[in-house]
Amino acid sequence: MQVSDASSRILAALLESRTGQQLTTSRRWRLETALKPLMHARGLDSLDRLIIAIASGGDPLLAEEVVEALLNNETFFYRDRSVFDVLLSGALPRLQRAREGTKKLSIWCAGCSSGQEVYSLAMSFAETKSRWQGWQIDILGTDVSKSAVERARQGLYSQFEVQRGLPVLQMMRWFEQEGSQQWRISSQIREAVSFQVHSLVNQSPPRLSFDVILCRNVLLYFPPATGKAVLDKLAAVTAPGGCLMLGAGETVIGQSDAFVSDPENRGLYIRNCAERAPALLHGSF
Amino acid sequence: MRTCLIVDDSKVIRKVARRILETLEFAVEEAEDGRDALQRIELRMPDVILLDWNMPVMSGMEFLRNLRQSPHSVQPKVVFCTTENDIGHIRAALEAGADEYVMKPFDRETLESKLQIVGVG
Ligand SMILES: C[S@@+](CC[C@H](N)C(=O)[O-])C[C@H]1O[C@@H](n2cnc3c(N)ncnc32)[C@H](O)[C@@H]1O
Repeated sequence: MQVSDASSRILAALLESRTGQQLTTSRRWRLETALKPLMHARGLDSLDRLIIAIASGGDPLLAEEVVEALLNNETFFYRDRSVFDVLLSGALPRLQRAREGTKKLSIWCAGCSSGQEVYSLAMSFAETKSRWQGWQIDILGTDVSKSAVERARQGLYSQFEVQRGLPVLQMMRWFEQEGSQQWRISSQIREAVSFQVHSLVNQSPPRLSFDVILCRNVLLYFPPATGKAVLDKLAAVTAPGGCLMLGAGETVIGQSDAFVSDPENRGLYIRNCAERAPALLHGSF
Repeated sequence: MRTCLIVDDSKVIRKVARRILETLEFAVEEAEDGRDALQRIELRMPDVILLDWNMPVMSGMEFLRNLRQSPHSVQPKVVFCTTENDIGHIRAALEAGADEYVMKPFDRETLESKLQIVGVG
């Protein structure tokens, strides 16, 4: 069925106002497919009827569900493995040296979808437990999508999801099979992390300071000005010596001056301290 | 170019896997069952083998045991790729010398990541 220009514009505007995200061209083409289950459940037989139902305001949950259906929640464990390796074997040891005094690390996965990124980190910490003895490691995952956060909290994955990116030995170690088709993360890992519904665009960051921020495959759906504003917000809560990890195809270069490439860790970014005194810059590591 | 031998009695699975592997720049060969695969590796040992479990003539498990006991000095990585999805099967595969395990159905991301994990990706 042909989606009228007017319908797709209204839905795009709804998505952008709630999340800051732009409807990508490919999603625009698949609007009908993305919204079909929702329309079917509500007994609405066309997009135009769906839009009328949203506009009438009789069902406040409807707009939210439409937005959720339009978001791209694609994710998997250890996505972009090589950057994860850089984080785990380069940036974290450096931070560990820098935070030896407090023995505290706080990590934020912004736009964490159904939690695979958060659990990847938590599993890696659990596997190097002896190195982090006595440390308080705080891993927070946030997403604008309530259903994604709910799924993340449950830590229950389909067979298809559980093996995407995850080595079989880690799957055997940290997951329990439920029935024949589902796998649940162990309570040890589950309890080491927390999740929260949060919008990068409409809210201020959930804490004042983070040592590591992962914001991956989220910024690419924002218009440039929104992307820049979000990067500035992230920079404001990146602790001295902390770093930012983006998706493999993303960069801050040309988008914002708030971060620069981490010269020691390829693919990661550090706060741009150009305006700070050099002594402070070096003293922070 | 890295090489992969797909061992599966399903033509469709071989086709799907070949398509993914070729986009990942692997040179791909195919075998229909374990016995066929044993003959092929005598001619050319691949870097990695994508191995189905249930096949006529010789199962994936039997092939794997043969391979791991063979005197070949260079052993390929073996990724089981099967509909068997319970812990018992996974454990048995690992004990027999499999390096990774994929439960069908799979997609490009799964295959690509598993190949990276075993060090050929
Ligand atoms: C493609 S997923 C990426 C998930 C994960 N970070 C990864 O790289 O695999 C993008 C996620 O960003 C979330 N998102 C979109 N707009 C957001 C916003 N304004 N604030 C927070 N999360 C947002 C979406 O709901 C979705 O779960």
